[in-house]
Amino acid sequence: MSPVHVAVLVMVGIGAVLLVVAASMTVARMARGPSSLDRVVAADVLVAVVIATLAADAIVNDHATTLPIMLVLSLLGFAGAVSIARFVAERDKAVRWEDPGTRPKDGAQ
Amino acid sequence: MTGLSLADVLDLLGAALVLAGCFLCFAAALGILRFPDVVSRMHAATKPQTLGLILLAAGVEVSLRSWASFGTLVLIAALQLATAPVSAHLVGRTVYRTDQVRHDLLVRDDLAHDLEAAGFHLGPAPEDEDQPASSDDDRRLS
Repeated sequence: MSPVHVAVLVMVGIGAVLLVVAASMTVARMARGPSSLDRVVAADVLVAVVIATLAADAIVNDHATTLPIMLVLSLLGFAGAVSIARFVAERDKAVRWEDPGTRPKDGAQ
Repeated sequence: MTGLSLADVLDLLGAALVLAGCFLCFAAALGILRFPDVVSRMHAATKPQTLGLILLAAGVEVSLRSWASFGTLVLIAALQLATAPVSAHLVGRTVYRTDQVRHDLLVRDDLAHDLEAAGFHLGPAPEDEDQPASSDDDRRLS
């Protein structure tokens, strides 16, 4: 094992420790987060952490097998965030800004 | 320690780039956990999604050094750069429209001013009849 290989392993190992701590913190926010939007933002970061893990795996083991998985994951986070922001989170809050076309039905202005 | 070949230097550079990407993920997770409301958490969350992913893709490419992985990694970075602003825009729009912004932490709120000037209005809470507005505020801002 050459010194360069050892140095690469040490650097990626430090990165892996950082990723474990980061994943724990995002999962904590997903469990705690008051609204579903907090959870979806935390889920986006968790997807980024998983992508970073796959990249570290590709470097350590010197293969390109995980690259298609990284590609799929980078699109998955987008689909989840858009669908939750557009269709789920809009209906679970009380106060909202309304445009002039949608006045309240009971005539309160 | 006498002579580092080009491959060694590139391997070290790739590992350093991946380490930088991992550090950005860690910083974003810290912000996700510690920041007070959704908008500031989004501010923290966008770092690993764009810059962190580009650093990781560059690190993997510098380490693997093949054209096939180069194509895939460019595709990953380009797709992420194209989709992250869209999802962040939609999340931020929903956050503002459902009034989950901590107004006490804002110095200026130009969007509220412009919305009122354009004729928008802050709608009434639909469950005002069921529960008082103050407890609703507490629940929303906690």
